[in-house]
Amino acid sequence: MDRAEIDTRIRSIIEPFNKAQTAIAEDTTFAGDLEFDSLTVMDFVAAIEDEFDIIISMNQQAEIETYGQLVDAVTRLKDRT
Amino acid sequence: MTRTGLAPDQPVVREGDGPDLFSKFDPLIAMRENLLSEGQEDPFNLVMERVLSPTRAICNGRETILLGTYNYMGMTFDPEVIQAGEQALRDYGTGTTGSRVLNGTYTPHKDCENALREFYDMSGAMVFSTGYQANLGIISTIAGKGDYVILDIDSHASIWDGCKMGDAEVVPFKHNDVDALEKRLRRVPEGAGKLVVLEGVYSMLGDVAPLKEMVAIAKRHGAMVLVDEAHSMGFIGEHGRGVAEAQGVLEQVDFVIGTFSKSVGTVGGFCVSNHPKFEILRLVCRPYTFTASLPPSVMATAATSIRKLMRGSDRRAHLWENSRRLHAGLRELGFSLGTDEAQSAIIAVVMPDLERGAQMWGALLEEGLYVNLARPPATPANMTLLRCSLCAEHSEEDVQTILDMFAQAGRKTGII
Ligand SMILES: Cc1ncc(COP(=O)(O)O)c(C=O)c1O
Repeated sequence: MDRAEIDTRIRSIIEPFNKAQTAIAEDTTFAGDLEFDSLTVMDFVAAIEDEFDIIISMNQQAEIETYGQLVDAVTRLKDRT
Repeated sequence: MTRTGLAPDQPVVREGDGPDLFSKFDPLIAMRENLLSEGQEDPFNLVMERVLSPTRAICNGRETILLGTYNYMGMTFDPEVIQAGEQALRDYGTGTTGSRVLNGTYTPHKDCENALREFYDMSGAMVFSTGYQANLGIISTIAGKGDYVILDIDSHASIWDGCKMGDAEVVPFKHNDVDALEKRLRRVPEGAGKLVVLEGVYSMLGDVAPLKEMVAIAKRHGAMVLVDEAHSMGFIGEHGRGVAEAQGVLEQVDFVIGTFSKSVGTVGGFCVSNHPKFEILRLVCRPYTFTASLPPSVMATAATSIRKLMRGSDRRAHLWENSRRLHAGLRELGFSLGTDEAQSAIIAVVMPDLERGAQMWGALLEEGLYVNLARPPATPANMTLLRCSLCAEHSEEDVQTILDMFAQAGRKTGII
């Protein structure tokens, strides 16, 4: 799976979580721009994990602040499997 | 810079103009001020002026029923337990002034660990200074770099802090969700070490974990299992060993964590295990090694209390009856509760928000009832809860009085 395809799939997963319909770019932040609180983050991460059959540990989540970083991380994790 | 000292009326002058490290607490300070501005009594600053029994204290000069302690089995005033503590104070003095691995292991520490071995019928027992430190120490020590800790998202702060202190990958799953646990276990990279961390009773809502299914799944995936049984010791399971015993899976649990600050009625924490190499933890577990051991009087009270809990089955039945009676009564009054039926000795009453929760808490205190106010982030799903925990010493009449008080306060604050 390449980065573009992963990007497309994450965009559709994000939709129901993006309550304010904020436009999403590579540098959109989850905490700031999308205003995800900790409960939303948990549900969102679980949805991503299930979609791609991966684990994004808390340690990895701590490094992910922007949308682009998430796509990169998922691409890397998918490469490994 | 000239020294200004800390005289109250002088402003504190700091060198340079670096940020005040306390500014991050400003939102919390504002929230508290807002909450207390209407003359609301501070729910996080109550003083027990005198304690009359496990279920009664004097607060604000008034006799108050205690329904928010973890004194489940009412051991704090047990005459034999007090006697054992007094004797140890005289025999061994007030404290050890040292670590368990240096000068801080006295006969009562060994005896207390033996009492735990007897209670759980396990070969290994290690006493920590608190339950918080037991979780901190065990989790951070046994799960190392490259290992995976898989834990319930609603885990106690001490479990989260144990994860934070260690070097393992931390993977939470949705509360009590068996499938979510299984999926994560399946996705852990091949060959990585795995520790699944669960609790018997989750203390915020008082709900019980499906340990039977979860432990079986963990074992199928080759994971070690740690269960925190802080809120079940002494009254859940045939021998009071907890939810894992009640659900028939204790044999497969690798580590049980517990505390003396609840049913045992004093302070301290522990881990029991049948792992053949368990003893090595005493040398590698930093929250065990680098802190002073508990006073010998505490060890003597704990050991005596644990051995009494082994014979306390009639009190267990009474505690369960009280818990069911309170649950049914509160529900009848129209309160919204954390669980559909009484699953433990904790009954959580869900409040609409923090402000009204604090009002209700204050109204109950005025009636002469103390319960526990819990607010986010300690609570799941940002709930505000009035947590009631029963004691085996509450009488049937006490429960009726408590229900009357809830009815009064609930109407006064418009919650029911
Ligand atoms: C589930 C759980 N684990 C551990 C602890 C910590 O116990 P202690 O009070 O001994 O530090 C508590 C108590 O707050 C708890 O509720």
